[in-house]
Amino acid sequence: MPVPKQPQSSKAPKVTQRTADENLVLTFTGDWLLAGDQAGGHNLDAILAEAHGKQRIVYESNELGSWDTGLITVLAGIQHFADSQQIDNDLTGLPEGAQGLLKLAFAVKEREGARRQITQPRLTETVGTAAIDMLTSGQELVEFMGELTLSFQRLIRRKATFQTSQVWLAIQEAGVEALPIVGLITFLIGMIFAFVGVMQLNNFGAGIYTADLVAVAMVREMAPIMTAILMAGRTGAAYAAQLGTMKVNEEIDALSTLGINTIDFLVLPRVIALTLMMPFLTMYASVMGILGGLVVAVSMLDVTVLQYVVQTDAAIGMNTLFGGLFKAIVYGALVALAGTQQGMACGDSAMAVGQATTKAVVMGIVLIVVSASILTVIYINLGI
Amino acid sequence: MDIQQTSDTHIEISDVTLAYGDFLIQQNLNFSIRRGEVFVVMGGSGCGKTTVLRSIIGLKSPSKGKILIDGQSFWDAGEDQRNELKRSMGVLFQQGALWSSMTLAENIGLALQMYTDITAKDIREICSLKLALVGLAGFEDFYPNEISGGMRKRAGLARAMALDPDILCFDEPSAGLDPLSSKLLDDLILELRDSLGTTVIIVTHELASIFAIADNSVFLDPDTKTQLAIGNPKMLRDECDNFAVRNFLARGEARE
Repeated sequence: MPVPKQPQSSKAPKVTQRTADENLVLTFTGDWLLAGDQAGGHNLDAILAEAHGKQRIVYESNELGSWDTGLITVLAGIQHFADSQQIDNDLTGLPEGAQGLLKLAFAVKEREGARRQITQPRLTETVGTAAIDMLTSGQELVEFMGELTLSFQRLIRRKATFQTSQVWLAIQEAGVEALPIVGLITFLIGMIFAFVGVMQLNNFGAGIYTADLVAVAMVREMAPIMTAILMAGRTGAAYAAQLGTMKVNEEIDALSTLGINTIDFLVLPRVIALTLMMPFLTMYASVMGILGGLVVAVSMLDVTVLQYVVQTDAAIGMNTLFGGLFKAIVYGALVALAGTQQGMACGDSAMAVGQATTKAVVMGIVLIVVSASILTVIYINLGI
Repeated sequence: MDIQQTSDTHIEISDVTLAYGDFLIQQNLNFSIRRGEVFVVMGGSGCGKTTVLRSIIGLKSPSKGKILIDGQSFWDAGEDQRNELKRSMGVLFQQGALWSSMTLAENIGLALQMYTDITAKDIREICSLKLALVGLAGFEDFYPNEISGGMRKRAGLARAMALDPDILCFDEPSAGLDPLSSKLLDDLILELRDSLGTTVIIVTHELASIFAIADNSVFLDPDTKTQLAIGNPKMLRDECDNFAVRNFLARGEARE
């Protein structure tokens, strides 16, 4: 914002006082501007201390230059002081405009209880509130899962109200449109794994086992988890933002006034789409990762493409493959759940949409990592 | 003016209290809305007008009391019955609340597609008709973000009328509209009521609108959090016992 130009002949603001009979006379001189010298009101407290015992405060402003809110805030301070000391505040000596603004500022009394008490919460209180918040958001997530389960039940009984076209649209968004980014990231991760493998394994002549390392790591762990994290940032966030904005615009209310179940109509297609697409994306991601590994291994080692492929083929068993795909389905469902739940629980402001989106991504990633740990323990115990 | 107004009660608000958690919005509300009348819920900003409307259209359950529609208690009804009642109401939200991912025709057609067996081609024709009714003929394939705020509102009205509802609800219909568009909307509301006998509920504080179209009204007070007066707004302005109500309706120029 441009700073208003100072008048050429700017004079320093000053207020002086004298006593006349029972009155305290305040004389304002110079320019009282927000952009100007702010020193004018500094000695005000000392001046007002002299008002004790006086009947009224009167003003002289013959030599007052230009003024703006800079003057009014000082005058408002004097008015508050006069009110609290029950001294008459006679504004007639002030410029008419200033009188008008002051009258306006004090015309409507402050509503009782309107002012917020702002207190600094103590550390224990902050920790406690955060813990309660976490508990409630956990509860909300479980409640939402319950509603979603009922919705699936209706889907099976063919009573769910949603548009099939919406499912196809969501499938396109969560599937085909995610291919480039998922492909790029997993291709690079495959290359990184292969580099590590080549460097370490080649030391004792086991370079060809790089293929095993890359294949197992990608198919079983990295492809599902990387795809899920990408989808949390891409699709989970999009779900939260879409639904949150719909909430802010009352679009969700508009749906429910038609008697449409919003979980069926908005959440179900998205959850179905992402859960359905995740295994396909993961398979694609595995292939891209293996290709990345292949490029590195073939260029750095004395290995042919055929050797690498044969070695990879031998490394991946059915358990590894389906173990990875099952993980993908679980992660997909969790990411979709986090995104849609946060979107539906969004507040009704632009800021709330931002918060919902952030929470959706964070919650999505936390859920992915937690479930990954649980699934790994289960797999080990089952000997998969 | 030919008003098809009968004396039977369409909607009854009986001893209703509304609150968000511990925060009281309005209490002890008692009024009834007759079939075919234009009923205005009015009051200063922040008095809970919109919340009252939300409780009638099924978005906010009252913490106490009953809302009867055609003698049936809305919030005590089962889910299917409640959805049935919801479909007998059309709602125009403050900003139109059109579904932004759908064209205007799809917005209007959704309810028809969901709840009737009408073919896609006929739905399209109905949509065109409804759009023409609100002066938006030819805008079928526009998306909500491609038209102006006033047009969005009119399209919202077309959508509210999609299922030929018995009750039309308006949340601040004139907010954000210029005086002429606002007048056109008022005329449209009266036209709909006169030709279809629809009961109309309007939440507003726009005095020009209130005097132009309201048959009956309730005045809500933000301080005591209850209703101060019921009656025809013109009569309330001239004869109401309560000064706050008279003063509101006289734009702050009422005499004590």
